[in-house]
Order: sequence, then C-alpha cells, then structure tokens
Amino acid sequence: MRYLLLICLLCAGWASAAEQSPTHDFTLDNGLRVLLREDHRAPVAVLMVWYKVGSYDEAPGQTGLAHLLEHMMFRGTEKVAPGDFSRMMARFGAEENAFTSYDYTAYFEKFEVSRLPLMLELEADRMHNLTISDEDFFRERDVVMEERRQRTDDNPSAIAQEKLAALTRPGSGYASPVIGWREELLQLQPDQARNWYKKWYVPANATVVIAGDISRDEVEPLVRKYFGAVPAASAPVRLTPRLAAAPGERRAVIEVPVEVPSLYMAYNVPTLATHPEDFYALTMLSGVLDGGYSARIETKLVRGKKIVAGAGAGYDGVSRGDGLFVLSATPADGVSLQTVEAALQKELDALASTPPSQQEMARVRAGVLSGRVFGMDSLFGQAMELGQMVTLGIDWKMADAYAENLAKVTPEDVQRVAQQWLVPQRRTVGFIQKGAQQ
Amino acid sequence: MKNIRQPIVRALCVSAALLSFSGCASLSGSFPTSLKAVEQSQPVQRQLNIEKWQTANGARVLFVPSPTLPMLDMRLVFDAGSARDGDSEGIAKLTSALFAEGAADKSVDDIARGFEDLGAQFNSASYRDMAVLELRTLTDPEFFSKATDLFSVVAGQPSFPQASLQRIRQQMLIGLKREKQVPGPQVSRALNEIVFGDHPYAHDSSGTESSLLALSRTDVQAYYKTFYAAQNAVIAMTGDLTLDEAKALAEKISAALPNGERAPALPRATAATTQNVKHLPFESSQTILLLGEQSIWRGHPDWVPLYVGNQILGGGGFASILTEEVREKRGFVYGIGSGISPMAAAGPFMVQLQTANENADEALAVTLKLVSDFVKNGPTSEQLESARESIIGSFALTAAENDEIVGQLGAIGFYDLPLDYLTKFENEVRTVTVEQVREAFQRNIHPENLAIVSIGPKAPKIPADENAPDDKAAQP
Repeated sequence: MRYLLLICLLCAGWASAAEQSPTHDFTLDNGLRVLLREDHRAPVAVLMVWYKVGSYDEAPGQTGLAHLLEHMMFRGTEKVAPGDFSRMMARFGAEENAFTSYDYTAYFEKFEVSRLPLMLELEADRMHNLTISDEDFFRERDVVMEERRQRTDDNPSAIAQEKLAALTRPGSGYASPVIGWREELLQLQPDQARNWYKKWYVPANATVVIAGDISRDEVEPLVRKYFGAVPAASAPVRLTPRLAAAPGERRAVIEVPVEVPSLYMAYNVPTLATHPEDFYALTMLSGVLDGGYSARIETKLVRGKKIVAGAGAGYDGVSRGDGLFVLSATPADGVSLQTVEAALQKELDALASTPPSQQEMARVRAGVLSGRVFGMDSLFGQAMELGQMVTLGIDWKMADAYAENLAKVTPEDVQRVAQQWLVPQRRTVGFIQKGAQQ
Repeated sequence: MKNIRQPIVRALCVSAALLSFSGCASLSGSFPTSLKAVEQSQPVQRQLNIEKWQTANGARVLFVPSPTLPMLDMRLVFDAGSARDGDSEGIAKLTSALFAEGAADKSVDDIARGFEDLGAQFNSASYRDMAVLELRTLTDPEFFSKATDLFSVVAGQPSFPQASLQRIRQQMLIGLKREKQVPGPQVSRALNEIVFGDHPYAHDSSGTESSLLALSRTDVQAYYKTFYAAQNAVIAMTGDLTLDEAKALAEKISAALPNGERAPALPRATAATTQNVKHLPFESSQTILLLGEQSIWRGHPDWVPLYVGNQILGGGGFASILTEEVREKRGFVYGIGSGISPMAAAGPFMVQLQTANENADEALAVTLKLVSDFVKNGPTSEQLESARESIIGSFALTAAENDEIVGQLGAIGFYDLPLDYLTKFENEVRTVTVEQVREAFQRNIHPENLAIVSIGPKAPKIPADENAPDDKAAQP
C-alpha cells in the first residue's frame, strides 16, 4: 500500500511449518515456483505472490522505485481498468495489500476460499499485463510523497533512524530507505517503472504461495491454468549483496526535534543466508538479551539499575546479505546517553566473557517451541514464512529444523559469537537528541 | 469489538445493472473468466458453536472448542477501561500495566520466568471500555496447569509493588513526552475532548502528567478491587479443551478474582449541536484533519445501515468514495477513511485524512462535500449491492483463527450481544435498503455539526456550510 514492511518476520511464527499441515512445492514450466499449505480449520485462504526484487536492487539515484512500482501494480492492466482490481477485491470480501522491503516485493489477498479462482486470475494478469500511464504514474508518485511525509518526514525519530540506517551498511542498497529519498522520489519517471516491471516481474522471478482450506488436487490445475499462461522469460541476474569486512566504527549525533532522547547501536553481523551456524547462535544471543520480560535487558537495565525506561535488542537474521544486530534504548529520566551506552556495552561484555546459563538458554528455546504452535494459528503468518524463505533462497523445510538447530547451540557458542561479531569495528552508534530539524 | 470486520466494500461491473461503473467497459468480454463461477458460489464460514454460562460467583463465560492446535487462548475482559478513571485519569492504564509486576509472594522476575519457562504468553492491556488480561499457552499437561495456575495468581492476587508503580509511571510520563514529538496523538486527543466534552470517554487513556503524578498505590488497589471483580468480568476462551475442562478452568480463574459487582452503565454521550473548530499549530509537512461527531452506541438500532453506509463512504478502503475521490483521483493523501466505532455508551463517526500543507484547504473542502453529499443522497443501489456482497463475502474472515474467535467472544460477552449476533448482523446486512442507509445517516450524522480539528503549520480554511441559507459559495 501499499505499505512497507521494513522489519523481517523472524520472531514467533517463524518456525511453524508443520507435521500436520501438508505443504506442496512445485514449479511450472515458465519457472514460477508454487507452494501450497493446507490448513482446513476455516473456509479461508491467503494468496501471496512474491517477487525477488526489492529496494536493494535499485540503481543509484533511483531510490523508491521498487515501492512505487508496487503502487502501480494496483493501477490497472490491459484488461482491468485503474481501480477495478481493488473494487473486485472489495466486492468479493477480500482483504488485499502489498509490501516492499529491501529484498522483496509481495502482494497478498485473504478471502473466503470459493473466491480463489478469481484471485489467481487477477494476480496472474498483473504479472504480465500491467499498464503504466504517465498520468497515473505521476499521481501515484504524489501519493507516495504523502506516504513519505506521513511515515518519515513528520516524525523526528523516523528521520533519525533513516539517517542512522544509511551509516550501517554504507554504499549498499541497504543504506537507502525503502520508500526512497525525497529528492530522488521526486525525479522518478514512468519509463523507469516500466523497465523495472519488464525486467523483474517474470514468472521465473516469482513465487506463489497459497495457504488455507485447499487441496493440491483442486488448486494445482487452477494455478496451472492462470499462471501457466504467463509467458516465460529468463529471470534477471540478481547480484548477491557483497559481504563487507568489518567496516569500522561509525558514530553520529543526530539532532532532531525530539522530546525524548534515544540511543541506537547496530552491529554488522551475518545472517542465515551468509553464515547459518552463527545465525542460530546470534538468535539465541538475541533471546538471552531481549527474549521477554525475564531476559537480561528488562531484568538488569529496565528493572534492576533503572538506567533505561525502555530498551530492546533485535536481530534481523533473515535477509539476502549480511544483517544487523540492533540495540536501542530510551534513557530513564535524567540519565545521559553516555551512561546508557556504557550500560549496554557492559551487558555485551558480560556475554563475551561468560557464557549464558543453561536456564536462560532453556527459556529462549521454550518460547521458540511454543511459538511454533502459536504461529500456526495465523494463515497469513504461515504464507509469509514460506514466501519469505523461498524468496531469500532458503529451503523452507529449514523452518522445521529451526527449533532443532537452536537446541544445538551451546552457551559457549553464544559467548563466541558475542566475541566475534559484537565488536566496535562492526558497529554504528547513534545519539538521537533534541535540536532543531537539520 | 475491534476485530469484527476489516476492509470491505463495493463494486465492479459484472451485470448490466452495474455497467455505469467507472472503468467497467474494460472488463467487458470474457475477462476475468472466473468471475461468473465465483459470483455464483455461496460464501461459507466457520460455524462457531458458542457455549455460554456463568461461574458459581457470577463471571460470564464464553467458550468455543477449537481442537486442531494444542493451544489455549484465554481473555478476561473487565469493564475496567479508562471510562472508569473518574478524576484519576490514567489509572485504568496504570493498573493494567502493573499485573506482571508482582502477585501474592511472587516477584516480577518470578512471574516473568514462570510464564516464559513454559513458553506461555501473558499480556495485559486497557482501552476505553475494556481492560483485558490474556494468556496463550500450550495445552499439553506439562505446561497447561502450571501456566493457568500462574495466570490465576497474577489475575487474582496482584501486589502492585510501589517500586514498580513508580517505574511504570515514569515510563508513561516519557510516553506522554514522546507523543508531543509527532502530530497524530495530539490531534486525536483534541478531537476526543471536543466530541465527548465532559463524558468519561473524553480524556485520553494515557492521562496527563499531573494526573499520573497524583496516582498512588492505594488508588490502584482500590481500582483493582472495584473493577476486576469476577462479577464485572467476561471469560472468553477458545482452544483444545473439552467443555468440562473449560468449565473447570473458568471456575478456577473466577474463584481467584475479587468479589464485587458489575460496574454500573455509563451515561450516554450526547451529540454536538454546533460545529466546533480547533487548530493546533505544529511544524510538520502535512496537515492532519480529523472530523468527528458523536453518533450512536453499541446496540443502537441504526448500527447495520450505518455500518453498511460507512463502508461505502470511507470505511471500505480502496473501494470507498473517499479513497477514490481524494487519493485515487486527486493524489492528495496516502490514507483517508471514515469510521464509526460503537462503544458501550457512545460511538463517534470520524473522518481522518492527512495531506501536504498546501493541499489542506482543498482536501478538506472536497472531503466535507463528499460527506455531506453522501448524507443528503445516500448510496446508489449499485453501491449498496456491492457493499452488501462485500460484507457478506468477508464474513468468513471474521472468526477463522483462534485469535479472532477469542476477540469475538470477548466482545459478545462484554456488550451482552446475543450468541447469534454475527448471524443476525449478516441477515440484516442482506436486507438493508438504500432508504434505510440514507435515513440512518440523516438521523445520526450531521455534517454541519462535525467538529473539525487540525494540526499543522497553518489552520486550514473552513468551508462555509453550503446548506446554510444565503450562502451560494460553491465548493470545488
């Protein structure tokens, strides 16, 4: 919406592929990958179409193009007039939307299951028949400008985050906001969108995921009928994000009109795609620090020393390239950002010098195991997980092994990854504090 | 009842009757080929077999068995939202935030570890009408009784430690400061205050700096004892339990709660009789505009026609009139919408949009005109037909997952709705007429009395009331 999904979907529902939910995986002749997940609790289904293209793939100076194209996908095809796609969705009671991230663009509908053929036909149609008129393009660019104002420009915290994110992975597609820099957005042209669509929106670069009250016998012929008719074209070569060596420490003071200061620390770390073993250890490390109300940040910094009013640690370990391990904190009243940084550093040092306890490890694993079950309550979550993994080039069956792999992580592994990755030359430290808008 | 339904609405050209629709010509011929079959299919939905009873001490219980996944969702809903704050603004929210902080002889760490060692999730939250305590746990015996035991101690014997109260209050104060950084929360507060005047819904649930500083542990204890009584509670449950297991669990939980009584009904909010206008100066690139008026309340006889009409006007996402005209045709906004959210004693009609400062005057004028035209003329029969079809078609989505079911059960119990509420609602939607929608809007929505509250660098120009005598100024 058309809105941006900036955060990865790791968390709770991640590991919910499952024994009692059959999953089917096949590929059409035109290269389209199809995944079906059966869940017969209610006569509902979710359809998602994932494209292996995101803002990471934008050429310099063209930030925002991937997301703007996502908007254009609702503006009509050779057969469907602008606005009629959404009207049809609405008429049949479907919820629909889309999201763009650094690594992918995805479209989805959730609907009563008898509507499936229409949903498939419309998604297949806009996979190859999109029309982009100049007039529509410029009006939609205005809408995106409003979206940017609403999300970022009028929120000093968001502005600061955007500036800091630019420092975390300098010189890569991850350094620019998904929605695009304002000045670049304003210069985007219709032909760029047309070329983008032509290059990336081909069946061999897409994955269709359907989760819900379906069977393969009923659905596969429909998928073949509608998506099988989309002409084949070779999938464009997509460059692998480069794996930078430690880029060196970066520190910034960002002055914006905030009433409450905050601290941001982000470490360049590997991900499931770039370093699977360390992915599991870093995931456990993140759980030990911030896996709940009993984890270290809440226990020691929020409640114990009362140094921070709130703080969190998050590991974005599912992406194509290397990722980030982010710590952020809001100081308690009267505490300086320097003090908060020192306190967070002390927690990282503690992990690097002493392995976490077995009880802490067990608690993180308990949350993962129950999360496997809880995640299966959400159809959308199940489809999301499958689509995300396939799109990032990860075997979706790894979700089944997720808990098992986490169980293999030892406290010493956690200590080792803290020593290896959470080091000054891999971090960006930002002080966000009050000042006039820059 | 925030889950009761999501997006929805409106049309497309399928039959000759709808051919006047914009863009329909392009859909002539055989595309989409699947349309006919889909049109003829009758949407079905998951049947909820709701069991309802009262516990020995008078808590209302609603339960739907859902045996597929080995898990339980339990939601205790108390009539303990911020409408019960009285002069202690923010106390409902503060009380709610303190449940995880200590109970009986258990410390905050004991509670946190207790749930998390079991992989169970505990949550507390409060809104204007409701305060909720929630548990999500596996039903395997290894986890189930420990998790529900701990949950009943947390719900029934909270200790509200003084140190926690100070810490959480500090966090709430920081939250208030943070709200001032961005325009949205401030303008919402202002609109509520204007629409609700001296009604208990008028103040923000987060309270104010001075009201929070005045709250004491004794206040919180008294608030808990009065409003978290079993008799003031609804216990909503769904998951892999038998009816007998559900009954035993409900008894255990309600026996743990304080004894008291159901909170008295809130006074009804009244509608404004003139137009109120307020602007808040703020350095931002967009101007946010909120229009609002008190209209109905939960259980109001005009609810269905208003709901259906609102879907057509601005509640139906991309298919609604406001999105079509203000976003799709003019590119003024990213988001625009209207809504009616009925609560126990009130239900404001609201329109919200945000637009670049230079477009604010025009966007406001267009929006007001669209709203007043809709109230004056009502929907077309094509619009109504599409909206009806849309709402009925989306019914399957309202209670498919446990998470949604427990939300529905909580709302049905809390607002004393009949167990077949969803079916009745659907039947009423099927038969609602253009006249009923138009008349319901004319009875309950008065465009000339809509409060207009804005925030941005400059106050927008308020269009003259075109219905007022002697004013011929046409709006764009």
